[in-house]
Amino acid sequence: MTMIRVENLKKSFGDLEVIKDMSTVVEEKEVICVIGPSGSGKSTFLRCLNRLEEITDGHVYIEGVDITDPKNNINKIRQDVGMVFQQFNLFPHKTVMQNVTLAPMKLKNMDKAAVEKKAYELLDKVGLREKAKAYPGELSGGQKQRVAIARALAMDPKIMLFDEPTSALDPEMVGDVLDVMKELAREGMTMVVVTHEMGFAAEMGDRVLFIDGGYIVEENVPKELFGNPQHERTKAFLSKIL
Amino acid sequence: MDTWINALPYLLEGLQITLYIFFIAIIIGFLIGLLMALLRLSPFKILNWIAKIFVDAIRGTPFIVQLFFIYFGLNSLDFISMDNTTAGIVTVAINAGAYFSEIIRAGIQSIDKGQTEAARSLGLNSTQNMRHIILPQAFRRMLPTFTNQAIISLKDTSLLSVIGVADLTQEGRIQASATFQAFEIYLLLGIIYFIVIYLLSMLASFVERKFVLR
Repeated sequence: MTMIRVENLKKSFGDLEVIKDMSTVVEEKEVICVIGPSGSGKSTFLRCLNRLEEITDGHVYIEGVDITDPKNNINKIRQDVGMVFQQFNLFPHKTVMQNVTLAPMKLKNMDKAAVEKKAYELLDKVGLREKAKAYPGELSGGQKQRVAIARALAMDPKIMLFDEPTSALDPEMVGDVLDVMKELAREGMTMVVVTHEMGFAAEMGDRVLFIDGGYIVEENVPKELFGNPQHERTKAFLSKIL
Repeated sequence: MDTWINALPYLLEGLQITLYIFFIAIIIGFLIGLLMALLRLSPFKILNWIAKIFVDAIRGTPFIVQLFFIYFGLNSLDFISMDNTTAGIVTVAINAGAYFSEIIRAGIQSIDKGQTEAARSLGLNSTQNMRHIILPQAFRRMLPTFTNQAIISLKDTSLLSVIGVADLTQEGRIQASATFQAFEIYLLLGIIYFIVIYLLSMLASFVERKFVLR
């Protein structure tokens, strides 16, 4: 089943054309890693997938529903699309538990006990059950990001978007977060991951998208894209980082 | 000392009126401020303009002129009739509302955009985001400035004595002219205002300590 279909996506900020023309398809249970130089439009591409950025032109379909059509309820669609941010964006005035339970409590007709039971399961999964009553300010970066993943998972999303989830972390924290993401991928979550972690992309990615200058320059299985890049720009980028 | 003891019951009666006007006006003022801040930040140009004109008009005119306009000006219209206490409450509320709206607007705008993005990405709509994520954080942040404005408004209520409201200042004026002890009475009047405002600041910093350190 096709989870995400992007057709001729364009995005401009004023006169600046960040995404010139992108099309791609993400199938169920696929893990897509998006790589590219900074300023290439890869984060903007990801943020168009749940319309955190207003889409200038083209179409994005989530499970067949066109999110660029204002008739479709974007808030409803977003409940199926979890997102994890580079800067975590936890709610600092709420405990870890409240961060995780807020959205399901407000948006799903579940009682508090059921939501909290689920939240504890998710905190177990990210290894932070004992931090349930802590505030985000008391956590390390890696812990914050794992809470952010649990928060997104609490809505039972069908798709997870990751926007450079390890870029703001100290090196020793990166592993814990990647481990959680790997487990999620093995469980069959459909994932789109913007990342600089080439190791993760090579190991977990079903496909890797190389984005540069507002286009998807090349997309392929990781082995091919990293081992045998076809385009000059892909080669130049990989030679700089590998 | 006798002057003080004799005058004190009258002054405390005035203090009750002052506090009554202050609390009602500050609550209404806060609601006006919240409404105006949300209008100012709404995506609709007309609403932005309404809020901006309101705030500019209040900030650009003296409190006493606003009071005279509402008490004498509006009351001279056939279809409006307010007693002086009501006019006083309305003036303090509107005046505080204009300043509150700027405080609330700045508070909302100071919250990182990532908070809204996280909330919206979970599926919360813009009202739920405002209510559960943005405003609770903004209010914590704006508490010190908010206290400041509340203190200014409390002091502004003393001007209501000009239209004959029997507030603390008015009672003081009456006592001063009845006893011919202006020095003692106005000194006592000042001390009472000081104590009330001091207690108010202590309450505010208690609330701040309880909620802001998160």
